[in-house]
Amino acid sequence: MDTAQGYVLVTALALPLLAAGALLFVPGSQKMVARYFSAVIGAILLGLSVYVFLAYQAAGDVLQMQLRWAWIENVGFLGENGISLHLGVDGISALLTLLTGVVAFAGTLIAWKLEYRAKDFFILFWILIAGVYGTFFALDLFFFFFFYELAVVPLYMLIGIWGSTRKEYGAMKLTLMLVGGSVGIWIGIFAVVHEAGLGTFDLPTLWEAGQNGLISAETQKIIFPFFAVGCGVLAGLWPLHTWSPDGHMSAPTSVSMVHAGVLMKLGAFGIIRLGIQILPEGAEFWMPALLVLGTIGALYGAIAALTQRDFKLISGYSSVSHMGYVLIGLATLHEVGVSGAALQMFSHGVMTALVFLLIGALYDQAHTRDLSDFGGVAKVMPLWVIAYVMAGLANVGLPGLSGFTAEFHIFVGAFKTYPVFGGLAILAAAIAAAYMLRMFGVVFFGPLNPRWKDLKDLSPLETISAALLILSMLAMGLWWSPFTDRLANTVTSLPGVIS
Amino acid sequence: MRDFTLFIPEYIAIAGAIAILATELIWPKIRKDYLAYATAAGALGWLVAAIPYIGDTAGDFEGVLLADDFTTYFRILAAGIVMAIALISAHYMRDRTSTAGEYYGLLLVAGTGMVLMAASRELLTAYISLELLSFSLYILVGYFKRDRLSNEASLKYILLGAFSSAMLLYGISLIYGVTGTTSYEGIAEALAAREGGTDAATVVGIMLIVAGVGFKVSAAPFHMWAPDAYQGAPLPITAFLSTASKAAGFALILRLFTGALVVDAVEWRAVIAALAAITMTAGNLLAIQQSNLKRLVAYSSIGQVGYMLVAIAAIGYGDAATAESASSALLLHIVGYTVSTLALFTALTAHYNRTGDDTIAGLRGLAETQPFLALVITASLFSFAGLPFFAGFATKLLLFQASTTDGLLWLVGLAAANSFVSLYYYLMVMRQMYLFDPPEGQTRFRPAPLLGALAGLLLLGVLFIGVYPQPAFEATDRAASALFEVSASGLLRLP
Repeated sequence: MDTAQGYVLVTALALPLLAAGALLFVPGSQKMVARYFSAVIGAILLGLSVYVFLAYQAAGDVLQMQLRWAWIENVGFLGENGISLHLGVDGISALLTLLTGVVAFAGTLIAWKLEYRAKDFFILFWILIAGVYGTFFALDLFFFFFFYELAVVPLYMLIGIWGSTRKEYGAMKLTLMLVGGSVGIWIGIFAVVHEAGLGTFDLPTLWEAGQNGLISAETQKIIFPFFAVGCGVLAGLWPLHTWSPDGHMSAPTSVSMVHAGVLMKLGAFGIIRLGIQILPEGAEFWMPALLVLGTIGALYGAIAALTQRDFKLISGYSSVSHMGYVLIGLATLHEVGVSGAALQMFSHGVMTALVFLLIGALYDQAHTRDLSDFGGVAKVMPLWVIAYVMAGLANVGLPGLSGFTAEFHIFVGAFKTYPVFGGLAILAAAIAAAYMLRMFGVVFFGPLNPRWKDLKDLSPLETISAALLILSMLAMGLWWSPFTDRLANTVTSLPGVIS
Repeated sequence: MRDFTLFIPEYIAIAGAIAILATELIWPKIRKDYLAYATAAGALGWLVAAIPYIGDTAGDFEGVLLADDFTTYFRILAAGIVMAIALISAHYMRDRTSTAGEYYGLLLVAGTGMVLMAASRELLTAYISLELLSFSLYILVGYFKRDRLSNEASLKYILLGAFSSAMLLYGISLIYGVTGTTSYEGIAEALAAREGGTDAATVVGIMLIVAGVGFKVSAAPFHMWAPDAYQGAPLPITAFLSTASKAAGFALILRLFTGALVVDAVEWRAVIAALAAITMTAGNLLAIQQSNLKRLVAYSSIGQVGYMLVAIAAIGYGDAATAESASSALLLHIVGYTVSTLALFTALTAHYNRTGDDTIAGLRGLAETQPFLALVITASLFSFAGLPFFAGFATKLLLFQASTTDGLLWLVGLAAANSFVSLYYYLMVMRQMYLFDPPEGQTRFRPAPLLGALAGLLLLGVLFIGVYPQPAFEATDRAASALFEVSASGLLRLP
């Protein structure tokens, strides 16, 4: 355990919160101050995230960079270490930390051109990012839930104030569905802490309690659905995914990026942290159900995307489909499949962030997102089209890009455990190719609609963000051993995962 | 033993009340906000005088009152609430009345009633203390004698309050008839010594007592008076109703149920659990339809009472250790709730002093015209909803967790679901402030410095309890263990 490294995690957690606090005191008219300040914070966070990922030793302990500060203990029903600010990362959260750093920095640059109440936007944005880091780092159930909620709540205002199409509806629907999901998590927490009866919220202690029978198998089977559904809502679990297309359609660009890119991963991460790790018996019992729902989600999302005409709706449904893969990967409870799920979280995160970035860049000029309005955009926005094609091909799973690495792992895992569902998952990938190619054909190529001859290509800031995201996709696609190596130990250490 | 030194802090409060009444008699033209500052100073003296009692050995007064850590805890809470309410009232009352001596005097008297409710360990003393608080409140609610809503509120409150007092008294007399005593310990011993199970008289007596105190804390279905009283009362008194009056009710309930009635827990625990379920559900569902802020807060506070009753039900269902930790978590939640409510009303009063509008739509665009007040209101509403960083997150989570016992998991789940419902109507309020532009002609304004500072202070309190509850939790834990030290009857529980 290296406490000094633990302070890196504390910094990554505290920095966005301090940034939000500091921005409160910046006058609202000083937009440039807020922008530069946020860009610097974003860059530092990216650096810290890269450090956390690289410093995570693939061969070392599963949990690294641990740090524990007593918070509330020896009072009421709480015993020793009752609630502590216990931080640390395993291979999966190290990877997701990297994702957060990349997407948050890209999102900060994209939010640059926001004019309306820019300062307030960044305050909420940083609170959200702090919640995301906190959830990935927390090794204490109390703080896990604390940061999980912290990541969800700012969305209401971020979408409600800065959103577009039907923003109030989208914001309210999204907030209510996500918070409704967290009620399930809440109930699960009460049940788990009560059943374990140890007077502590410490996650490693509770994991042990779940694995050595202190929480009986029967109880685990009852509690698991609360966690799985509660987190599943955020992960876009079918049929509770309906907030996702509406929410994404309404959200402003950088919020869509962070939301689809990182926040949805919190849900899947929660299923691992709370579901699989605390309740291994419950997980084993329920995983087939999750597999079915994940497969339906993957197929349903892909088919729905095939019929949509709005860019954002296509990406929204595509996210549902890809998060379906993540659930399939988790549900295999197979080493390769679960690794694939973690890889897919990263891959989909950067890919979808890129897609939303590009949609935003187009929408800001064209003020429409209807596919049929466009045509021949490649002639006026070549950079934009190249980036979009990269994202689209990663989406489809073209070798050399991150999507391939991730989906390949998931398919292998699925074929080893549930071959039929492996086949269905591949079918979903084929449909993904169909909706992507359809969009390419309609929008990028063909005759240029004269209405769009004045469209400008990506701005320098957008180009930097896009390049960063494309680089991440290429890194995972071409040289995945740094990623898979870091996951290997963690994944095999998960209870109930077969190799 | 007649140890008159046990209640020195309350002498200060009562002396302060008399002094303020006298001041206005002698000097009728005194600026009314000076009276408010004098009240706040008196309450501060009260609070400071209470501090030496922390951790002191429990002092018994003739077997009817007890000054232990539990009492001291409510002393500090009462003094703090009175101080905050006096400051909130300062400008509000100055602008609206020509006499305010009785108002501030009764505020201190009501606070004293609250402390005595926490200190009582005998049914009649508890009843008299309760009436001391209630009668002060009847007058305070109707203080605007030319305002029809205020009159209506007061009348409703008096009639229903008298009705509930009658039920409470009838319940007390039945329990006295069965056990032959009104002291909590005596009741516990007599109930434990019975042979052949419980008789109808005890059950009816307990049910009447439950209904009586249910009225006082506005638990559904005894909540009908609350929304009207809240709406008609002067704004600071609405705050007082939703903090002091509820806290006092739970002080009495805790003392009574852990001290005397815990022996017969099987008889009442299901009723309390049902009451909790109905109260939280009714409060939260009815709150959704409100368009007046005071009524919204009234229903939302009814919902909060439902959450608090979960802990009382847990005292009935759990073992002695559960009962103690549930009590301690309940006390913690009461602090968090109180500080959040006071913060909310400080901001609302600052807004009301400027606009005179107490509808939800009246908050439209507040984030533009007064971002700080909007922030305070948001923080306190989020605290009620139980969102992170604000007091409600930690206190509610700890309250529900401490109340989780095998028989009560359903109720805890329902409470969590209710928190979710409540978020909806809190968001509707927030929506007005943040999503819409202010109406034509509304410009940026500054709140009065006093209210601004108080709101800032209370906001820090909300954040502090939410982020680092350890100190507050330790204090409530001491109070709760004092409660269970006295009532060794925790061990007397019947199977």
